[in-house]
Amino acid sequence: MTETVPSLIPKSEPIDYSSTNNESQPLLTIRDLRVHFYTLRGTVYALEGVNLDVQKEETMGIVGETGCGKSITARAVLRLIDPPGKIVSGTVEFDGQELLNLHPKEMRRIRGKRISMIMQEPRMSLNPVIRVGNQVAETLLIHESDLSPSAARKKAEEMLQSVGIPDAGKMSKRYPHELSGGMAQRVMIAMMLVTRPKLLIADEPTSALDVTIQAQIIDLMNDLVHELQSSVMMISHDLGVVAETCDRVAVMYAGSVVEQGRVEDVLHNPRHPYTKGLLRTLPDNASENEDLYSIKGNVPSLFMPQQQCRFAPRCEFSQERCFQEIPGSYQVGNNHSAACFLHENGI
Amino acid sequence: MSSVDSNPSSLLEVKDLHVYFPIRGGVMRRQLHTVKAVSGVSLNLAQGEVLGLVGESGCGKTTLGRALVGLAPMTSGRVFFNAKELHHQNGKSSNHAMKMQLIFQDPYSSLHPRKQVRDLVGEGLLINGLARVEELDEKVLDILEKVGLGVDHLYRYPHEFSGGQRQRISLARALILKPELIILDEPTSALDVSVQAQILNMLKGLQKEYNLTYLFISHDLSVVRYMSRRIGVMYLGNLVEIGPTRSVFENPKHPYTHSLLSALPSIKKGKRKERMILKGDPPTPIDPPPGCPFADRCSNTQEKCRIEKPVLEPLKKESSQLVACFFQNENVH
Amino acid sequence: MTAQNLTTVEVRMLRAESRKRALQDSWTLWKRNPVTIAGTLIILSLILIAMVAPWLATHDPFDQILADRLFPPSLDYWFGTDNLGRDIYSRVIHGSRLTLMIAFVVALISGPIGLVVGVLSGYLGGMVDEVLMRLSDIFLAFPKLILAIAFAAALEPGLTNAIIAISIANWPSYARLVRAETLAVRNSDYIDAVRILGAGHLRIMIYHLTPMCLSTLIVRVSLDMGTIILIAAGLGFLGLGAQPPAPEWGLMVSDGRNYLVDQWWVSTIPGIAILVVVLGFNLVGDGLRDILDPHQRQS
Repeated sequence: MTETVPSLIPKSEPIDYSSTNNESQPLLTIRDLRVHFYTLRGTVYALEGVNLDVQKEETMGIVGETGCGKSITARAVLRLIDPPGKIVSGTVEFDGQELLNLHPKEMRRIRGKRISMIMQEPRMSLNPVIRVGNQVAETLLIHESDLSPSAARKKAEEMLQSVGIPDAGKMSKRYPHELSGGMAQRVMIAMMLVTRPKLLIADEPTSALDVTIQAQIIDLMNDLVHELQSSVMMISHDLGVVAETCDRVAVMYAGSVVEQGRVEDVLHNPRHPYTKGLLRTLPDNASENEDLYSIKGNVPSLFMPQQQCRFAPRCEFSQERCFQEIPGSYQVGNNHSAACFLHENGI
Repeated sequence: MSSVDSNPSSLLEVKDLHVYFPIRGGVMRRQLHTVKAVSGVSLNLAQGEVLGLVGESGCGKTTLGRALVGLAPMTSGRVFFNAKELHHQNGKSSNHAMKMQLIFQDPYSSLHPRKQVRDLVGEGLLINGLARVEELDEKVLDILEKVGLGVDHLYRYPHEFSGGQRQRISLARALILKPELIILDEPTSALDVSVQAQILNMLKGLQKEYNLTYLFISHDLSVVRYMSRRIGVMYLGNLVEIGPTRSVFENPKHPYTHSLLSALPSIKKGKRKERMILKGDPPTPIDPPPGCPFADRCSNTQEKCRIEKPVLEPLKKESSQLVACFFQNENVH
Repeated sequence: MTAQNLTTVEVRMLRAESRKRALQDSWTLWKRNPVTIAGTLIILSLILIAMVAPWLATHDPFDQILADRLFPPSLDYWFGTDNLGRDIYSRVIHGSRLTLMIAFVVALISGPIGLVVGVLSGYLGGMVDEVLMRLSDIFLAFPKLILAIAFAAALEPGLTNAIIAISIANWPSYARLVRAETLAVRNSDYIDAVRILGAGHLRIMIYHLTPMCLSTLIVRVSLDMGTIILIAAGLGFLGLGAQPPAPEWGLMVSDGRNYLVDQWWVSTIPGIAILVVVLGFNLVGDGLRDILDPHQRQS
């Protein structure tokens, strides 16, 4: 089956994805972000001081298991935390502007236009009773008010085509439930990229898709993002996906970032005990005859504020200090840091 | 019911199994379409072996598992278990509750929400007359310990447990009947990586201890590779390649297997790579056209592929790797 | 603790702990909602009043003191007297017994019938489903009150027949409800799991499907109690239910029909009693829904 989709970029050479990491101001700076949920059972200290940077034109991955707070971090950036959750403190600076104290009206202008978000199950994020072409067009109309509806629809169709949807004219008249998972996710991507945002937040965008479709979507995102010169915050529990899409990655555990750095460094030379343990549990890394490594113990309860290293109870290197103080983030290499007392002196 | 054409050394023998579902509609509820979930699958499982079955949505691997335990109708074909032919009546399996069990994918929907662990796990014994109500506590506790749970879990409800623990309960429910074959339908797909490791280790341990046979169904190739000695690849209701795990992974002969392996995200691969990206979406098994099921998406399709359906054949004589492709020897990757 | 050491004492202790936990969860959920608490208190008061009616009443509810006809509420007659000189307060108190009895008996008859029909229909499907559902369609085509009136009129007027009539009018909506629950649940993995264990249809219907439908049914029935009481009162008002001189509230409202303007208390006070009780059941029904919903319990 030959590819009939016109591509945005003339495919003459393989694309070099190594990020040009300019030392200038990061696009997104998160410092000491704290988010608490006030539930009937008590307060959940979901994020306890998250520190994260996303550079311009870079894909930053956030990995961690269920409950580590990666999705909450993403929603906090977009200020989509609803009660009983509350952003308690911290700063989120985007393109030089502090987001957390913006007027809601201002924030709305940023959402969807300068920062967009795609989520795991596209058919749940799309409105089931509106045709997909119109949904993409709507995004345009919201943010570019001088556009006429027919011009918006035309632009939407072009966008659908550039995300690899064959026969875009006909497809734009379809409803979400008539599309397959892969197609729906492409529509989502179209909708979220049509306004050419500077930052795209992708929360498990391929987890609900089949492996071969996942590969297509990963490739598509890599291409588009590069062309639009956007940055991406890629959230995933799948380390393989992160390895194939991201330049840098942050590993989260129980509400804070435990390790951050370039993908090659973190995944092949992990310094934080949790990252090391996580990589060892992957079946990819095991040989057939031995047991899979599993980190002993369970994820801690988040009902108490963080007063120590939250990984200490499960860590094989823990010392007394780890149960009494919260570790800071220490440099362990070029642009590579880990929140562990073992590396306090930069060893 | 002859056992003449069955292979007595195999625990499970599936011969040309078809599982079709009619889609009815119209005023007279005629049959409008057919969902050909499984189209002629044949395979053998030896005692004590772990066979992995991979494929994407719509490939039929789950339906195959369900048909074997009687949850899906066998439209045609024959299945032999322990050299005896299986017949399933509508909805009720022809008793191999004690021989063949199935573990479901979603730990959040495979346990009755209103029942306590003791009843959930022990019910199988009661139904099959293997224990009296008074003995239940003891027997359930015995098996709970084997799966890493304890006495304080006996009288708890499913919602009090995590995903990993629920899968353990499901396993206990299956194991208490001392089955010989357990079909595991994506047992760890809904679990976190670290929990997955624990569950997989437990599965391996139990297999050795009880000499169980597993049919391990998953879409996660790295998990299947770790667990299985042999692996089968399914596409649109057909088994397109089957063989020892190592050979299939290192030397895939079917174009689909190759794409699948190539598409697998792995930390060993970086951001920049060449791979064979499969175009288009996986097809639906509704009224599939004749010929090779992969014809539409294969980069090497010839006219013959659309007319005839290739049969699983060994690569070379005596090879244990079988491929269903007319041009298998040309597919050198 | 291994299986060998597990004594019956320990088992009993575990079971008791589990029951305690379940009750604690229910208690927490109940406490949460002031509206539910109000409703529960109303119904509990009703039950209490019904139990100790003879001691609470100030007069004999059947005693006619014609000299004291149509007296307004006073210290002697707390709610006044009706046209035959009977103390309305005492009649209302004693009438609570009738009200409760009607409500619960109707529920106990129509509930199980609806449950059985619904589960059979939903699980077996096919012809069984068609026949049973068309049958209940016939009943559902009429408003409950009209249907109850029709049946009550066909049978001899009387309390027992009124109860039967209301039950007949009531079961089809329960059957529909239970059938819907069954359909939603019957293809769940956990039902499939039990099939693989070897369970037959009967076992699945009784031990697995019914418990899932029960909580919705109970909620629906308690919400319905109000309607049942109103229908019973309606039948009483029309003379098709309880017969005089029974102190049934609907009948009492009917008795006071001719005196509405000047001696309002004869009809209005029993009417208020009906209102309060129906409200109480509605509130409890809402609260029960929260308590019995397994999703709520998880949070």
